[in-house]
Amino acid sequence: MTLLLASTAGDVLTWIVWVAAALALLTTGFAVVLFSNPFYSALALIGNFGSLAILYLLLSAEFVAAAQVLVYAGAVMVLFLFVIGYLGGHADTPWAGGRRVLRLTALAVGAAILVESVVAIALEANGSLSSEAEISGAFGSPAEIGRLFLSDYLLAFEVTSIILLVGAVGGVILGSGMKRDRTPRNELPPQPPVEQREMAGVE
Amino acid sequence: MNGPGIAAYLVLSTILFTTGAIGVLIRRSPLIVLLALEIMLNAGNLSLIAFSRHSGDGAGQIFALAVMVVAAAEVVVGLGLIVAMSRKHVPLDVDKLDTLKG
Repeated sequence: MTLLLASTAGDVLTWIVWVAAALALLTTGFAVVLFSNPFYSALALIGNFGSLAILYLLLSAEFVAAAQVLVYAGAVMVLFLFVIGYLGGHADTPWAGGRRVLRLTALAVGAAILVESVVAIALEANGSLSSEAEISGAFGSPAEIGRLFLSDYLLAFEVTSIILLVGAVGGVILGSGMKRDRTPRNELPPQPPVEQREMAGVE
Repeated sequence: MNGPGIAAYLVLSTILFTTGAIGVLIRRSPLIVLLALEIMLNAGNLSLIAFSRHSGDGAGQIFALAVMVVAAAEVVVGLGLIVAMSRKHVPLDVDKLDTLKG
């Protein structure tokens, strides 16, 4: 009886934490899309990543939660905030400018994706999705992740390092500003009109 | 009574993905488009980890970590492109980036 009560209390606590994290996740997600100032959007995204880390902890993925906070909420968002600070963070009102029909189509497409996926999940909710596997205490721990990375998924691990290298090289090349591109835009030689180029067969 | 099942996580992940997709479609600032893209990637990660817990297999977490690495590389290249755009005085508006249009 005491054990049952304790487990029920644990479940209630889990639900409370889950609902709080889910509400924070959705609120900050909407905030990222709706804020007109990119700086506020980036700050809201940090909260989004934080609530995702809480959900990962509830799914017993401790290492991924730690990596989420360190890599995303830490490194990636600092990079974002630096660039937004560098560019001045121009305000961009979400509902102004552009074509109205495009925005309405975007909303309709988003709603279609949402309805379709929720129906697909609901159809399976009492079937293959209802039973949950038993896991050991080591599941999701750094030791277990490390063992998987260095045994079964060694190729993925190595490819990952190559991707990071390519990303770093690309970032340096894009950020360093290649010398031949330094000509200001209004000093470029005048281009012949399109009709002349077409007649000369340059296309 | 049990804790939240995988269906709850999947619905949450779907709503988050849709939010990100709508953000990518309606926003014009490339910075916010990148931020919304991050939301979409993270929604995918949430499903991966929920399925990993559901099946008791650590492979989903490995996949999620790989997605994180790809997202980090994508942010570096995307932000580099945005800085290069602003340096060449191209307007920071994805609707005006139609120079490659056929």
